[in-house]
Amino acid sequence: MLDLFSALFTDYTLRNVALGCAVLGVVSGVLGCFAVLRRQGLLGDALAHATLPGVCVAFILTGTRTPAILLLGAAISASLGALLILAVVGGTRIKQDAALGIVLSVFFGAGTVMLTYIAGTGNSGQSGLDRFIFGQAATIVREDVVTMGILAGIALVVVAVLFKEFKILSFDPEFAASMGYPVGKLNILLTALIVVAIVIGIQTVGVILMAAMLITPAAAARQWTDKLSMMVFVSGFFGALSGVSGAMVSASGSNLPTGPIIVLAATGIFLLSLVFGARHGFLWSRLRERRNRRAALEGGSP
Amino acid sequence: MSADFIVITTAILVAVPCALLGTLLVLRQMAMIGDAISHAVLPGIVFAFFISESLGALTSLIGAAVFGLLCAVLIEALKNTGRVKEDSSIGIVFTALFALGVFLISRFAGSVHLDLQHVLYGEIAFSPLNSLIIGGVNLGPISFWTLGVVTVIAVSFVLLFYKELKIATFDAGLAAAVGLSPVLVHYLLMGAVSITVVGAFDSVGAILVVAFLIAPAATAYLLTEQLWRMMALAVALGTLSAVSGYYFAAFLDVSISGMMATMTGFLFILALLFSPSHGLAAAFSRRRENRRIFSRDLLLSRIGTLGEKTTEEELARSLGWERRKISRSLDEALRGGFIVRPSSGEVAATRKGRDAARERAGSLA
Repeated sequence: MLDLFSALFTDYTLRNVALGCAVLGVVSGVLGCFAVLRRQGLLGDALAHATLPGVCVAFILTGTRTPAILLLGAAISASLGALLILAVVGGTRIKQDAALGIVLSVFFGAGTVMLTYIAGTGNSGQSGLDRFIFGQAATIVREDVVTMGILAGIALVVVAVLFKEFKILSFDPEFAASMGYPVGKLNILLTALIVVAIVIGIQTVGVILMAAMLITPAAAARQWTDKLSMMVFVSGFFGALSGVSGAMVSASGSNLPTGPIIVLAATGIFLLSLVFGARHGFLWSRLRERRNRRAALEGGSP
Repeated sequence: MSADFIVITTAILVAVPCALLGTLLVLRQMAMIGDAISHAVLPGIVFAFFISESLGALTSLIGAAVFGLLCAVLIEALKNTGRVKEDSSIGIVFTALFALGVFLISRFAGSVHLDLQHVLYGEIAFSPLNSLIIGGVNLGPISFWTLGVVTVIAVSFVLLFYKELKIATFDAGLAAAVGLSPVLVHYLLMGAVSITVVGAFDSVGAILVVAFLIAPAATAYLLTEQLWRMMALAVALGTLSAVSGYYFAAFLDVSISGMMATMTGFLFILALLFSPSHGLAAAFSRRRENRRIFSRDLLLSRIGTLGEKTTEEELARSLGWERRKISRSLDEALRGGFIVRPSSGEVAATRKGRDAARERAGSLA
C-alpha cells in the first residue's frame, strides 16, 4: 500500500493516470451538483452515450486518433443529442425519460455500427477507438492530462464566475426568470459544461459509466451539507478521491479495469455518506430523532 | 432453416416483447428504469456463469432476472429514503451494478465465457450456430427457445392483465380505489421487463435492448391515441426495424444489433417530423395556420371598430402592422370572402367577415 502511495509521486504512468482521474473527478463532481439538484442526472447519461458516433465520425473523416479531434467530434454529437432531446420534449408529448432513452440507445447503436464499419475497413489506426466505450485510463499520457486540465479549468472558471446565476437556476428557475436572468441561455451553458465534463471523462471511465461520475459524488455530497457552495467542494473532493483511488487500485493488480473501479469507489463513498453524512446521514438523523423524542417526553426543549 | 431466417426470427422475438412492455414504460414515464434494468442484469448473468459454469440458459435467465428486480427494488428503496431524488437513484444504482458486472468480467475473464463485446453488441449473428440438443435430438436454435419463452411470458402478461395495466397506467388513483395495488403492478411490470431484457441480452447486448424497449413505443405514441393500437404499432415498428436493420447490416457488413437500433431511431425521427397528429412539421404548420387565422380575425374586428368602411393606411396605422403584413392579410381575407375592396385603398367587411370577428370576440370573452 505504501509502495503504491510513493509510486503515485514517482511512477510516471501512474502519476498521469491518477492526475487525469482526479481532474475528471473534480470537474464532474462540481458540475454534477447542478445536474443532480436540477434532476437532470440522467441527461448526462444520455449525452455520454451520444458522444460515441461523434468520435467515430471524427475518426472516419480525419483518419487520425488525435485526442483533441476525437473529443471535438464527441462534443458535437453530444450537443446534437441534447438538441434532439430538447426538440422531442418541447415539441411533442413524449416525456423526458423516453427522449433520453431514445437518444442514449440509438446514438450508441449508430456508434457501434460505425465502430464495426471502421474495423471492417482495416484501418490500422482503428484499434483503440472502442476504449471510449469502457474507458481506458491506463492509456492516459501527459498530453491527455494537459488537454483535460485546460478543459476542466475553463469549465471551473465559468462555474465560479456564474455561481450565483447557476445557483438560482438550480433552486428556483421561475424566480430566476422573474429576476430577469437569461434562464434559457444559462440552461444551455450549463448543459454545454456538462458536455465538457463528459468529453473529459469518456477516455477514462467510458461513455456507459460516465453518468456515475456526474451523479454519485454529488448525491454523496448532498448528505453532508445544505449549502450549495459547500456541496460543490465536497462533491469535487469525492470525485477526485474516487478517481485517484480507482487509478491506484487498478494499478495494483492485473485485470482491474479503472473505470468500473472508480465507479465502485464512488458508490462506496455514497453509501458511507448515506449512513454517516453530517447533515442527512441515517446515523445522525436517528440520533437526533431519539434525542428529540426524549426531550419531548421530558417536556423540555431539545 | 437458413441462417438469415434464424437471425431475423430471433430479432423479431426480441422486438415483440420489448415493444409491448416498452409501451407501458413510455406511458408510465419509466423509460429510464428500463434502461437501468438492462444494465443491471449484467452482474446477475456473470454470477450465473460462476454457479453453472457453462451457459445454462435457464440459470443465467434466473440470475439476471433476480438482479433486474433487485435493481428496481434498490431504486425504489433509495428514492424512499428521501435523501436522493428518483433520477439520481436510478443513475447511482445501475452504474454501480453495471460497473460490478464489468469488473467481474474483466477480473475473471478466464473463468467466464463472456466478453465485453458480447455485453455491448450481443451475438445475434451466432444464433444459427447454437442449437438446443437434448438426448442427441436437435431442437432448433437456443435463441428460439429462450426468446420464445420470454415472448410468451410478455405477451400473456400483457393480454391477461391488459385491463389492470391500462387502469394502473392512466389513472393510478382509480386503480388503487378498485383494489389494484400500484406496488404490485409496478413490480410485476419490472419483473416482466427484467425477464425480457435478460432474454434479449444474448442477442443484442445490454444497451441496444433499450432501443427496442423505448424507440418503437415512443414512435407509436406519436402516431395513435389508443393503447391497443399503440402496442400493435410498436410491435410492427420493432419488427420492421429488426428486419430492415438485418438487411442493411448484411449489406454494409456492420454490427447487426447496432443497425437494428439505428433503424428504430430512424423510424422515430420520421414520426417525429411527419406524424400527422403529433409530428413537428404538423405542429409547425398548425401554429402557422393559427397565427394566420388570428391575424385575420384581428384585422376583421379592427375593421369593425373603425366603422364599416376604412382605408388600408388607417388600418395599418391603427394595428401598428408593417406594410407587408397588412397587405398579405388583406389579400388573404379578400380571397376568403371576408372583406371587399370597393375601390383601391378602401376596405370593408362582408357579412362573413363580421361573423368571423364576432365569433372570435365571443371565443375570447
